[in-house]
Amino acid sequence: MTKVVLPELGAGIEKATISYWFFNPGEKVNEKDDLVELVTDKATFNLPSPATGILTEILIPVGEPAHVGETLAIIEE
Amino acid sequence: MEFKLFELGLIEFEQAWRFQKAVFAQVKEGSLASALILCQHYPVITLGRLSDKRNILASQDELKAKGVGIFQIERGGDVTYHGPGQLIAYPVFNLQLFKKDIHLFLRRLEEVAIDLLSDFGVTGLREPGLTGVWVHKSKIASIGIAIKNWINFHGLSINIKKDDLSGFRMVKPCGMDIEMTSLEVETGRDIGIETIKENLITKFKGI
Repeated sequence: MTKVVLPELGAGIEKATISYWFFNPGEKVNEKDDLVELVTDKATFNLPSPATGILTEILIPVGEPAHVGETLAIIEE
Repeated sequence: MEFKLFELGLIEFEQAWRFQKAVFAQVKEGSLASALILCQHYPVITLGRLSDKRNILASQDELKAKGVGIFQIERGGDVTYHGPGQLIAYPVFNLQLFKKDIHLFLRRLEEVAIDLLSDFGVTGLREPGLTGVWVHKSKIASIGIAIKNWINFHGLSINIKKDDLSGFRMVKPCGMDIEMTSLEVETGRDIGIETIKENLITKFKGI
């Protein structure tokens, strides 16, 4: 199991809002695929998938905030 | 930062958007280190991620009659208007060569606009908690970016000419009640887009 964690995004950024999930739960993802897009201030940024496997769970839906270090989703290899 | 410069002139938003994505792909694959695209757009409305369509104030009929397209795009921020007389800069910069800090890059883009205004004797200011550049509480430069794999695209729009501001009435810029101003309004003189371009390029080299 791999946790998709929101990494450090620069000084002073504690959270970002989920703006787009590129996959639905149950779908297969490959490592480095665009997995989720987030928005902070006037910037969007993507988070690539950290592993290849099945995206089993999305823990934070679109429109909700996520904090740095928080788990956004679970991938089962 | 060193970059390859692309000057597209007055161009439809959609065409420049496609061009931008092609340049982005070159930066991603490493055949280009970084690029700066400069252009002006024909009247267009763009919506950033998570933006509210209700912030488009003009009716569908009005937009159709004026030939103003609407594009939902991948940048941050809410709705905005672009038209001739605004100088648009799309820095397709690899932030791994800069610093992997999203807010720092946004502040640097504001600095580019502030330094540019200062060349013309205008004091541009930041508003606490907001992104963009203001002169006496009126907005003069707008910013909205997208960062993919730590490569930036989309960017900065600066109001230069005094007659391009009416288009903003078609939208509620950034979803807020904002007055817009331009460099010509603030200086009271004619400023050619060509004149200002060189200044802008110099500022971007300083990032």
